[in-house]
Amino acid sequence: MTGGYLMKSLIAAAAIAASATPGLSDPNPGDWSAVVAEAAGQTVYWNAWGGSTATNDFIRWAGDQVKSRHDVTVEHVKLSDTADAVSRVLAEKTAGKDQGGAVDLIWINGANFAAMKDKGLLFGPWAQSQPNWGIVDVDGKPAVINDFTVPTDGLESPWAMAQVVFYYDSARLPEPPRTMAALADWAAAHPGRFTFPQPPDFLGATFMKQALYGMVADPAVLQRPVDHVDYTAATAPLWEFLDGLTPHLWRQGRAYPQSGPRQIQMMADGEIDLAISFSPGEASTAIANGELPDTVRSFVMEGGTIGNASFVAIPYNANAKAGAMVLANFLLSPEAQARAQNPDVLGYGTVLAMDKLSAEDRARFDALELGIATLSPADLGPALPEPHPSWMVQIEQDWTAKFGVAK
Amino acid sequence: MTRRSGLHLAPALTLALMLGPVLAGLLGTLAPALGLFPALGGTEISGAPFMKLIQWPGLGPAVRLSMTTGLLATLLSLGITAVLLAAWHGTAAFRWLERALAPLLSVPHAAAAFGIAFLIAPSGWIARALSPWATGWQYPPDLLIVQDPWGIAMTMGLVAKELPFLVLMALAALPQAQPGRSMLVAQALGYGRMTGWLKAVFPRVYAQIRLPVYAVLAYSMTVVDVAIILGPNTPPPLSVQVVRWMSDPDLTLRFQAAAGAMLQLALVLAALGLWRLGEGVVARLGHGWALRGGRGTRDGALRFLTMGVGAASVAAILLGLAGLALWSVAGVWRFPHLLPDTLSLRSWARHGPGLSDPALDTLWIAAAATLIALALVVACLESEHRYGLKTSTRSLWLLYLPLLVPQIAFLPGVQTLALMLGGDTGRGAVILSHVVFVLPYVFLSLGDPFRSWDSRHATVAAALGASPARTLWAVRLPMLLAPVLTAAAVGFAVSVGQYLPTLLIGGGRVQTLTTEAVALASGGDRRIIGVYALAQTGLVMLGFAAAIAIPRVLWRNRRGVKEG
Amino acid sequence: MPQTGLILDTLCILKQGAPLITLNARIDPGEVLTVMGRSGVGKSTLLAAITGTLPPAFQLRGRIVLNGTDITAAPPQTRHIGILFQDELLFPHLSVGGNLAFGLPATVRGRAARRARVNAALTDIDMAGFADRDPATLSGGQKARVALMRMLLSEPRALLLDEPFARLDADLRSQIRRFVFDRAQRLNLPVLLVTHDSADARAAGGKVVELKAP
Repeated sequence: MTGGYLMKSLIAAAAIAASATPGLSDPNPGDWSAVVAEAAGQTVYWNAWGGSTATNDFIRWAGDQVKSRHDVTVEHVKLSDTADAVSRVLAEKTAGKDQGGAVDLIWINGANFAAMKDKGLLFGPWAQSQPNWGIVDVDGKPAVINDFTVPTDGLESPWAMAQVVFYYDSARLPEPPRTMAALADWAAAHPGRFTFPQPPDFLGATFMKQALYGMVADPAVLQRPVDHVDYTAATAPLWEFLDGLTPHLWRQGRAYPQSGPRQIQMMADGEIDLAISFSPGEASTAIANGELPDTVRSFVMEGGTIGNASFVAIPYNANAKAGAMVLANFLLSPEAQARAQNPDVLGYGTVLAMDKLSAEDRARFDALELGIATLSPADLGPALPEPHPSWMVQIEQDWTAKFGVAK
Repeated sequence: MTRRSGLHLAPALTLALMLGPVLAGLLGTLAPALGLFPALGGTEISGAPFMKLIQWPGLGPAVRLSMTTGLLATLLSLGITAVLLAAWHGTAAFRWLERALAPLLSVPHAAAAFGIAFLIAPSGWIARALSPWATGWQYPPDLLIVQDPWGIAMTMGLVAKELPFLVLMALAALPQAQPGRSMLVAQALGYGRMTGWLKAVFPRVYAQIRLPVYAVLAYSMTVVDVAIILGPNTPPPLSVQVVRWMSDPDLTLRFQAAAGAMLQLALVLAALGLWRLGEGVVARLGHGWALRGGRGTRDGALRFLTMGVGAASVAAILLGLAGLALWSVAGVWRFPHLLPDTLSLRSWARHGPGLSDPALDTLWIAAAATLIALALVVACLESEHRYGLKTSTRSLWLLYLPLLVPQIAFLPGVQTLALMLGGDTGRGAVILSHVVFVLPYVFLSLGDPFRSWDSRHATVAAALGASPARTLWAVRLPMLLAPVLTAAAVGFAVSVGQYLPTLLIGGGRVQTLTTEAVALASGGDRRIIGVYALAQTGLVMLGFAAAIAIPRVLWRNRRGVKEG
Repeated sequence: MPQTGLILDTLCILKQGAPLITLNARIDPGEVLTVMGRSGVGKSTLLAAITGTLPPAFQLRGRIVLNGTDITAAPPQTRHIGILFQDELLFPHLSVGGNLAFGLPATVRGRAARRARVNAALTDIDMAGFADRDPATLSGGQKARVALMRMLLSEPRALLLDEPFARLDADLRSQIRRFVFDRAQRLNLPVLLVTHDSADARAAGGKVVELKAP
């Protein structure tokens, strides 16, 4: 299968800047005080993945804050999959419901964003108009305006940084493998002790993109759409690597966990010794919650790991756009960012630039204890940029054809 | 002749309420399957979605899995039901089993599946109980038990959950088959207990429970939550794959998803056809078997084997639930420890307060949907009684349509339809969508008791000057209070368990215990799953407990009122 | 002065167009007409036609006239025709008193007044103090008396009896039979008795019609 239908539309999207024409009643992000005034009394339905207790608690806290400060009520619509919210907006567009939509704000990034941007399902640009945009680390963290290489064009606002880490139980695995080759050797010697979430889960796809980084001669090809480069040659070493690794995976690669957090339970059960995560603080948070033993530690692969940003976006037909913007702006505040970075809460990286903060706000970050299983920024190392979304789509498809269907 | 009130419109109204959404929804799914989806740029008919579907490399195994797990689960559930009744009906042991089975109906499918997964997984409770002293396992062995590629674990999970349903349905149908007299005759003719029962009684029982059996078949083929938890993933059964495509970031996969949904519908129809053919074959073989006159008197060992199977399926669900309950209060709980290393109320403290809002919403929605369904069912049955509208026997088939058509094949279409009609996304729309699924079960539960009520009571009441309405409210419904409440409890349970309708029609804004549970379960943490599974089960059990308790309290001094 | 009594004027009940029962009879007030016939001949169908509860599968020709009023098409509850079956059919969810009150017309107003009428009726059938009892706890004879009294309280203008004594043992049967006929005669009601027991017919003392399959 060579299905590149999404890719083609993505290229089109990259070429033509999104041009969602604002509706007559839409708030004007340029006039922030009017936005805040309009937001008062609104209810914002924030559609966000609900599979993590830590995230749910954080969203509840953020809702309480904007309620008391701006009289904006936040309802967390807990999704089992972000695409459910995309489907909803799509169904509304199909039905011609161009106003008063059910989704006000979506936690989104990557392929979901690319698809919504491409289909003109997003409101904006608005992100750069937020008062807190000035303290965002645009220079140091280019991922905040390039979501998987797709320019955000102000259609989504970043709120957390994520970077690939691996966590392992040091009680069972004293010295984890730090290269993909070493991982393959270790897996061969210890069959059944490693796995990754099954693609198309983003974390499984991320594992393969991470592996690909160490195998392509020139990582720059990953920044271009796959049909502009020699995809077959670039991914040949990856498939060879997976051919060797898969028989040594958990359940011989005949079954996979269906989500990232599922690996926490598997490690706690002693089914696996090593797992991939996109949140450097996830292991520490799980230890704090009693979900993992305190012997679990994190590490990164040599040569660096992929990093990206999490965003929030507003559908074109959202009912409470002003309230959604006020909430997004609050998420960028030093107070919210510091809380999200606290490993006892979320352990997410901040999107803010420390040197743009006041001394008082900087102190909030300095005061944070990173947690027993969290790497310091120095140990975490530089983040590699996400490949173009077409890589993820194509790799997922090829993986499904090669490994996702039992022979 | 009696003057007609609005009541005679009830059957037509009910059918419209049931069939309208299903047919409109099917059209709404058929369109994208044929390439029509304007919001995604699909403006002309094309065969591309089906071509893409055929090109998907997992299609063969996914279709095979759908068929084999569905047919096998139904066959096993029905077979065990038949031999269980044959071997034990009327005995003290059976009454014990019956009492144990009834509450199992209130365990939501997903919760039962999670519980069973924890029981049988290599790191699960059974393995823990045997490790390390018997097995030598310090770490869970790398065995593919749950999510096996043949779907065995999934089939077993479905059987454990469908068995109680079919046994109770068969028990409800039994009185009309008059098993006592038939068995007396058969045993007098020298037949063994099981052989006599299977030859003389079962054919009549089966005729009565045919529709529930079809519902089980359609459900088992199209189930999503149980399949995700216990079923294979490389590839998954077709229904799961369709849901995956529906929720893929690549929106163009929606076309393929719609084509898959249509294929799923065709599969269900094919399986139902196959099943009907099988019925004919079995009937002919069974007829021959009955006429050959074998007495089968040495059935002792087989009897105990069937009791073992029945008890095992009860135990699987109860132990699984117990395991989840323990997880909800577990701190650290490592393999191979049989019990948690530490106990903690942390999970309840964390999630307990968040339970109340969705629990209340669940309660309101389920209560409203059940009440509407109950009102419609009673109106239909009463109009059948008053005007002799006998058409309903045939239209009963139509009432079952929402249970026979895969949810994923018509719900997205219903969602679009609801939006086009400008219907709001609130609870109202969700309640109506629940009615579509609740009503068939309420009809199923209430139909027989309502029809078998001695209508001479109505004649007496009329002779005493009571209007038909007064007869209904003051005589018939009070006398049928127990079955009415049981039907309500069944409907309530069905509503509580709805996931896709709540999510799709409610636009995600209506949050019930089930939508919350599924979202949280995607994280895989057994502590949270335990909390929500108990909350869901508790709510449903409350309904059943009320259905049992209310008539007992109300009619405590009325021995003549039969209990439901 | 209008004609009194129950008149079954060339009554014919058809099933799918074929005649099932034909009857032409006149029952004067205080008189008993006994209809006899083997089981399955359609005795109960005849009674259903008179009470107005004939199932839709049947058609009715002819007229039913009660005290000069044509009630052929009247709804059952307005016909004022009482009926007793071989089962007492006391409503099991109501107390003995509740059963009697169910039959009492709504024109008797006020809790106390209704209660007094019920108690008086109970005393009348030698069951004073039974008002709050569960009907399931009564003896067969008591049930039969309550069933009759419930029917009489509704002030019927005619009485139909559908083998009402068949379930009772021989001793009780004659006792209850006498009780029912006495009451009906005292109230001057036309009575239609359906039975296959010739002793019932003899006790009734009126005309006897044999119902035959056509």
